[in-house]
This record gives sequence, structure tokens and C-alpha cells, in this order.
Amino acid sequence: MKRLSRLRRHRAAGPLLLIFALFTIGTTFQVASAVNQEKADVQSRSAVIEEGKQLFLKGCSSCHGLNAEGQDIAPSLIGVGAASVDFQVGTGRMPMADMSQQAMRKPPVYSPDEVHALATYVASLAPGPAVPGDELLNYERDGSVAEGGQLFRTNCAMCHNFAGQGGALTQGKYAPTVMGVEPKHIYEAMITGPQAMPVFSDKTLTPEEKLSIIKWIKSAETEPQLGGVALGRLGPVTEGLLVWTLGIGLLIGVAVWLAAKAR
Amino acid sequence: MTARERVAGNVAGYVDDRTGAAKWMKKNLQKVFPDHWSFLLGEICLYSFIILLLSGTFLTFWFDPSMREVVYEGSYEPLQGVKMSAAYASALEISFEVRGGLLMRQIHHWAALIFMVGIVVHLMRVYFTGAFRKPREFNWIIGVGLLTLGIVEGFLGYSLPDDLLSGTGIRIAEAIIQAIPVVGSYLSYFAFGGAFPGLAFIPRIYIVHVLILPGIFLALITVHLMLVWYQKHTQFPGPGRTEKNVVGYPLMPVYMAKAGGFFFIFFGVTAFLGAVASINPIWLYGPYNPGQISAGSQLDWYMGWLDGLVRMAPPLETYLFGYTISWNILIPGLILPGIMFTGLALYPFIESWMTGDKREHHLLDRPRNAPNRTAIGAMALTFTLVSLINGGNDIIATHFDLTINQMMWFARIGIIVLPPLAFIITKRICLSLQRADRELVLHGRETGRLVRMPNGEFVEVHEPISPEKAWLLTSHEQIAPLELPEVDEAGVRRPAALRNKIRNRLSRAHAVAVPKATETERRELEGHH
Amino acid sequence: MSNSDSRDIELIKDPGLPAHVHRRTDTDPVAAKRAERQVAILFGLSTLGTLLLIYSFIFIPIMGDTNLHQFGVGMGMAIALFCIGAGAIHWAKTLMPDDEVVAHRHEFRSDEQDRDDFVKTVKEGAASAGLGRRPLIKRTLGAALGLSGLTPLLLLRDLGPLPGDDLKKTNWKAGTRLVTDPGDRPIRPEDLEIGAVAQTQPEFPEGKERHLEDIAKDAVLLIRMRPEEFNLDSERLSWTHEGIIAFSKICSHMGCAVALYEQTTKHLLCPCHQSTFDVTRAAKVIFGPAARPLPQLAITVDEEGFLIAQAPFTEPVGPSFWGRLT
Repeated sequence: MKRLSRLRRHRAAGPLLLIFALFTIGTTFQVASAVNQEKADVQSRSAVIEEGKQLFLKGCSSCHGLNAEGQDIAPSLIGVGAASVDFQVGTGRMPMADMSQQAMRKPPVYSPDEVHALATYVASLAPGPAVPGDELLNYERDGSVAEGGQLFRTNCAMCHNFAGQGGALTQGKYAPTVMGVEPKHIYEAMITGPQAMPVFSDKTLTPEEKLSIIKWIKSAETEPQLGGVALGRLGPVTEGLLVWTLGIGLLIGVAVWLAAKAR
Repeated sequence: MTARERVAGNVAGYVDDRTGAAKWMKKNLQKVFPDHWSFLLGEICLYSFIILLLSGTFLTFWFDPSMREVVYEGSYEPLQGVKMSAAYASALEISFEVRGGLLMRQIHHWAALIFMVGIVVHLMRVYFTGAFRKPREFNWIIGVGLLTLGIVEGFLGYSLPDDLLSGTGIRIAEAIIQAIPVVGSYLSYFAFGGAFPGLAFIPRIYIVHVLILPGIFLALITVHLMLVWYQKHTQFPGPGRTEKNVVGYPLMPVYMAKAGGFFFIFFGVTAFLGAVASINPIWLYGPYNPGQISAGSQLDWYMGWLDGLVRMAPPLETYLFGYTISWNILIPGLILPGIMFTGLALYPFIESWMTGDKREHHLLDRPRNAPNRTAIGAMALTFTLVSLINGGNDIIATHFDLTINQMMWFARIGIIVLPPLAFIITKRICLSLQRADRELVLHGRETGRLVRMPNGEFVEVHEPISPEKAWLLTSHEQIAPLELPEVDEAGVRRPAALRNKIRNRLSRAHAVAVPKATETERRELEGHH
Repeated sequence: MSNSDSRDIELIKDPGLPAHVHRRTDTDPVAAKRAERQVAILFGLSTLGTLLLIYSFIFIPIMGDTNLHQFGVGMGMAIALFCIGAGAIHWAKTLMPDDEVVAHRHEFRSDEQDRDDFVKTVKEGAASAGLGRRPLIKRTLGAALGLSGLTPLLLLRDLGPLPGDDLKKTNWKAGTRLVTDPGDRPIRPEDLEIGAVAQTQPEFPEGKERHLEDIAKDAVLLIRMRPEEFNLDSERLSWTHEGIIAFSKICSHMGCAVALYEQTTKHLLCPCHQSTFDVTRAAKVIFGPAARPLPQLAITVDEEGFLIAQAPFTEPVGPSFWGRLT
């Protein structure tokens, strides 16, 4: 018993207990909030549309209207196509958490099957862009990295920055980073023009050119940080910040040491 | 005598026979330098310059300053087959084909950034301690010249690889040139050899960047250092230090070891940055194309404040008899910087005009003892900081959940409101510090020990400060304000009346200070204890 | 000078240089030996750094899956240099003498005799040159030097051509087709959906090469929206086609490419200085430092249904200049 009471009074007891408590709370929360992935049965298309409609009425109609006709706070979804829904709901942007300037990417609320159902329902309302299939998305085979880079810099870098890190738009809107996004979602964003992003029509930016862009994005994503820590790939701002903090800080530190009298 | 001493003696004798070097070598090896870490900031600039020369020369062995179009065939896959200028392709070759090339490119660019940081920090030290006063006005002007040329040199340097980011910067520079009234479009066509971007610009700025400006730098830095050498370095006030001496350590061996050692450390730090931190990743920017642009396009930090000024400028353009004058470009791009740098260069003369002080100064001021000067400096720094922040407003906006519109309005209003505010606050702080110094001298240091007196009273024991500290806190000069006459003996208003009135007012503002503690006052207080 | 007046105020005196405090290494030979060892260790580390540099340079390939080559060469160099410096400084601080030395400052001002002699020398020299007595020489010398001083300016004339009206013209003419950038494909109105943008350039005839100087003036941005959303006068409206509107992509402020189109607000943003243009009102400036709207290109379709320019731009594109409106 004496040993235990001695350990209790150890200097590290407090911090260790804190770490243990944080760990316990953290993992408990993770487990409790995990979305239950139910296995979806194979259903017929009309059943899928019906499921989608039910999901829509429950989770989307309060903003988008009972018939997806739209209101002041949310646009009409008639004609946006399955691709729009797959993008918005699949990247977690919809349902929108708070009515701010734009929807943010966040962990999706709906499972992939639910997303598919919603998309099929919305597609059934009126014709619109379809979800690109795997065959279409074979960017490794059909795309060219070099061409993709040139296309990215001409069409995308002005909003998303030269390395796809994102950029500012007006009034608090922003172009998000394109890193870490599924190729399918990148493609859908280009063809549907979500929120402030314009549409890149297939005739002016061909599907093959879109695949090249995706291939370049993926290559930039996996490229090792040549030259060292990339500092966010944001350009001279972070570089200047580094010299004014670490750079001159180190040097002044050395200067102070140099001029101080030895003990 | 050992063999080594004999050989050394022979060599020295050989040189001395032909140059008479022994006399001035002896004198200079014994030269005394005062020791304070803030005196090493100028060395930071000097060492960065040397490293820039060394690393830059390395780069010139591979760089091709030509804008002719080539197709990339190097080892960086995402650019293969892409058309680009030979300059850009050679910069890629240095980065990916030459061993140690990317390291050298990065060392060169980091050293350039640190060079400018060093200049600014060194400038701040010289300014806030009043080291620019007579006899060092020339050196100050040379320093401001180095600052201005450094900004230009850096801009030209990172524009050499002809990438998307720096090409955009050149486009903006071209717009500034073009906006100059009457001759703008001519100057632009002469500079670029025709329409923008043309084929002539990069080769031309290459020669400016590697020959003309480094040559001017070498000359200016040499004069700058020679003046410091000859006039002897200033020193902080303290016990034993007067206007007529220099207290410190001799050049040989202490300073040679310390300064030489600092050079190696500095080079090591720059190499460290070049090794671990990526800078100017031109392969990601892509080759310059006037139809392309990246979000978050910024200039290097030492020009970022210029961009900030341009961003916040009101959209003013006037039309005079059919001719266009773009105030929205000329004011932030040329007129304001011109005023700022001219004011900066002339400051020593402005201050001596304000105070009427024409004497030599070799002892530095503690910034708190020159509240007006310190406050003006704080005002200038605030101005520059607000414009610098606005230069990065889009990146700040996306990272701190603000809007660029908010940032812009903050900058537009802040740049007018914040500098005077900084002036007032800084001056007040300086005066408070002076008051604290005075308290310290008169009443001693608060020890935190409480003693109960026989009559029940509690007092805190104050320890008198050491005579060295007392001297340090009271050795400064407090110049009386000018009282220039506005009328002559007969009562007639002088021609210089208005000027004198302004000078009197300014010198009065400059002379505001808390009277320093005197020995008399100390003794009077001791009598009371 | 100081704030002493007629009263006899005594100021605090200078106590003089403080007594020298010896370092541990001055008095304790063990400490000195330790300092010497520390310096030696630092120099030794430096050699290790150089070895790392040499190894990385020779044996680690430049391009690979990692940044190891550059990291190894760089860290090796950094360690090698840093440790030499640290060793030298530690040596100076601990082992070299640190007795403060006092040197005297001499006045810079030359004594009166030297000053007078200088003035005399200059005066005599000037007088012997005789400029004062020979105004003809003085005037012709002035004219010769002045005129020859102008020659460098003249020699620089061929730095570039005169701009002429080059800045006012682009490659857009009546009937020029809009083609994609890159790709050079002509565009039909049906190719663009509502909310779409396209980067375009003028079609060049076979054999004519497109240079960056052309792109710097010709780049045009196509935007499509619903025709009802336009807020234009009838003339500008006639420059659009079925809701498609075309603007010069070169910013009227300082020439960056303006292609940041916000579909929701119908605004164009230039990322360089945040000038914002309202597309529905012919790119009117609504925020930022740009003083003029983007020039609009009048478009229509040709017989084959491809988008073409109706006419050249009605004003110079790009940043302002003195003679822009003349």
C-alpha cells in the first residue's frame, strides 16, 4: 500500500492521469459517433428512387423544398443532375452545417448507398450531368500529366492556387484545396460548377483534358516535397514569415550568445 | 625563433618592403570594437552578401538568361514536353539535374531574404539608437541606398527563372513603368525591347543582377565598412564609456575569431534553411504565360508592402485633355515609396535641423531617452507593417476566416489611423520608462522584503542600485529645446520667422522628457530617510 | 546642454570601467581544458558534416521518391559550416583574452592650418588652370562635355521600338473566331452551359505563330449566364450572344489575368490586387484599385455557328498609359 501511495505522489502522476483521461474520452467519443455502415440490399431502380426521395424529404427538403424546387435559402435541384448530388453530398458539403458564405467539405453524413439513392432521385426529376463511371475516370491511362499542369494553370490556378492549395474569393468565399479529393469528385466539380465555381463544359474542356487535370492533381499530391518542407505551398508569404521568425530568431540568438561574456 | 616564425617573418617583410603595410596592419590589428549583440546585425547583412556572391556565382555556371522558347526534356515528369523559355528550363536543370543545384538555389534565395531582413533589423538598431547622427550621416545615406538597391536586386533575382509567379511580378512592374506620364509607354518598350513580355527583358536584368548591382553593392559596402572602421564604431553608454573613447576588444585575435565564426555560423544557418525548407518551387509555378495567374500571388516580403499599398489604393484615374494619369498606380507604386525612402535618407538632417544639435555623437541613445525619435520610428514601422499585412491579405483571409474585403478596409483605414496612434502610444511608453529609470535611481530597487518598523509601520526595503547602473540610467543628455528668435533686436519680424517658429515647435516636441535623476536629488532624499 | 541652470545641480558621476571579472577558464585549468575539448568536439562534428555532404552528393540520386539527396547535401553543409563557426566563437569566448581595452577617439576635424592649406591648394590649382580668366575655354568645355554627355542616351535608342499604337491594337478583328486556350478549337454557343466559363484566344491563320506577346493582349474570357441576368444598355447587350459575354482577360489595373469567375455572384476577381468586376454590368469595377472596367469584346456567330468577334476591341486592353484615350 505504501508503494501505491508513493506512486500517487510521483511528479508524473498528474500528467499521466490527464493523458489517460483524455485518451479514454477521445476513443469513447470516436466509437460512439461512428456512423453505422449498413449493408445495402440490391434494389431495383424505382426502389432506389423511392429511397432517395425519402432521404430527401427527411434531410434536404427543409431548405430545398418538398419537390426540390428551391427557396430563397437554397437553389432548385431540378436539372442539376446526379453528378451534383454525388459531389455535394459525397464530399459532405451537403447537408450544410451552417448558413455561412459557402458549404465546407466535411465528413459525409450519408453512406455511399444513400448518396447513390439521393443522386438517382434528383436525376429522375430532370436530365442533368451524370456521375462519371470508372471507365471514364481512367486518368492514368487517358490523361497526360504535363498537359494537365498547363490546363490547371490556365483554368484552375487563379482560384485554387498554383499547387491546388486553394485561394480567397470575395466576401469570405474561398476556393478550397483540391488535394485529397477523389478523382470522381474533382470531375463532378468541373462539370457541375458547385456554388461559386463556374462550369467547365465538355466541349471547351474535353473529358480527356479533364482527366489530364486530375492526373496532374494526383501527381502533385504524391510528389515528394522537393527542396524540403513546403511551408504550405502558398508562396512568398510563408517563406517571408519563416525568415522573420526562425531565420532572424536563430541569428539573433547566436549574436546574443556570441557577445555575452563567458561564465 | 621557430622555423614557422622565420618563414612568416620573411613573407611579412617581403610584403612590407613593397607596400609599407606593417605600420597600418599593426594599427588595424589592434583596433578596438565594442561588444554588443546588436552590433552584429550589420554583419548579418555583410555575410548574406558574401553568401549571395558565392552561391550566385555557382548558379551562373548553369543558368541561361534567354527567353527563347524551348521544349523541356529534363527529368521532372510533370513538365515534360512543355514549352518554356530557356531561362526557366535552365533553372529546372539546376534544380533537378545538377547535384547540389537545388540546394544552392535555395541557399541563394534564403540568403537574399535574410539579407533584407538583416538590413531592416540593422536599420532599426541604427535608427533607434541614434547612430546616424554626426559624423555618420553619410553612412546612413549609403545604408538607405543599400536597402533600396537590395529590394531591386532581390526582385530582379527571383524574376530571372521566368516562372508564373515572378513573371506576374514583372507584368506589374511593367504596368508601373507604363503608367508614368508622357514617357511611360516609351520607357516600357525600351525596357522590354518591344511589347510585353518580349525576348529582351530577362537577359537585360540578368546583367543588372549579376554585374551592375553587385558592383555597386561592393563599392557601397566597402565605403560603408571603411567609414565604420575609420570613424570607429559607436558604443552604448555605460561606466567608463565616453564620447572620446571606445571600450571593447581588439580585432586580433578576439574579433577575428568571433566575426569569422559568426560568418560560418551564418552560412551554416542559411545552408540549414536551404536543406530543410523549400523556397520558390518554380516547377510548381510553371513557366510564365500572361494568360495564367495563381491565386495568392505575392511578391517576396521586402516588396510585399508595395503590393499592399497598391491593393489598398483607391481607384483614382484622371483624364487630362484626353491623357490618362493613373493615380491608383503612381501614388502607391512610385510617389509614396519615393517620399518614404527620401524621408528615410534625409532623416539625420531632419533631426539635426529639429534639435539644432550639430555636435558629434559616439555614444548611443537608449531608445527611451529619445522618445520623439523612437515614436517616429514606431509610426514608420506601423505604416510598413499595415501595408505588408495587406500585401498578403488573401492568404491571411483564407487562413483566419476573414474576407479580403474586410482586410482591405482594415488596411485603408488602419494605414491612416494606426501610425499616429503608434506614435502617441510609443512616446508615452518611452516617457514612462524614463520615469521608471528615475525612480530606480532615486529610490533604489524594490527587493520585495518587508520590514516592520518599531512604530508598527511596514516598509519595503529598497536596495540602492550600483553606481554603474546609476550612471547608465543618468548619463544621457537631455537637450534643451531651441529658442530661435522670430523677431530681431529691433522687434522687426525676421525673414526666417516661420521656419524658426516651426523649428522651435518641433524641437520642443523632440525635447519632451522626464528630467533625469541627479546626485543632488539623491542626497536630498537620503536626508529624508 | 543638460538641464542644469544657475542652481548648482550635481549630476551622478561616471564610476569608471568596472573591475574585470575572470572567467572560469581563466582561473581553473580544468575548466580551460574542458573548453578546449568542447571546441575540438565542435570542429570534429564539422568534419562529420562534410563527410555527410560528400556521401550524399556522390551516392544519393537527385530525383527519387524522397528529397534525401538535397537534404543530405544541405544538412552536411550546414553542420560542417555551423560547427566551425560555433567552435571558433566558443574558443574566443572561453580561451582568448577578454580584457576590455580602451582606445581613444581622435577628432576628425583637420586642424586649421591643414584646412587653410587645402583651400589654398585648391584655389591655386584652379587659378593655374586658368578657367576663370579664359571664359572661351570654359564655355566651349561646358558645351563639349554637355553634348557628349547626351550620346549615351542616344546610343540607347535601339533598346526597343517606339510603341506607336501597338498598345492600342490586338489581333481581334471583325470575324475572328474565338478558339480555346489551349487547344485552338472553335467554340459554338451550345458548347457552353449556363454558368460556364471558357479561356479563349483569337484564331491564328495557318502558319502564323502565337507568341506570349499576343497572349498578353488577346486573352479573352467567355462567360455564359441567363440573358435576363444582364444589366446592360442596348449597345452592350448587342455585343453579347444568347447570354454569352466576352471580356478581355487582361486586367485593366496592372495586367494580371482576370479569370476568377464567381458563378453565384457573377463577379470577376483579379487575384493580384483584388479588383472585383461585375459581369452583369459590363465588368464595372465594384471593389479594389482598378479604375476602369474590363474591355468587352463584341461577339456573334458566323454562318457555321461558331463564335466570332464582331469587331476589334473599342478601347485599348490592359493597364492604362498616358496616351490611352488619344
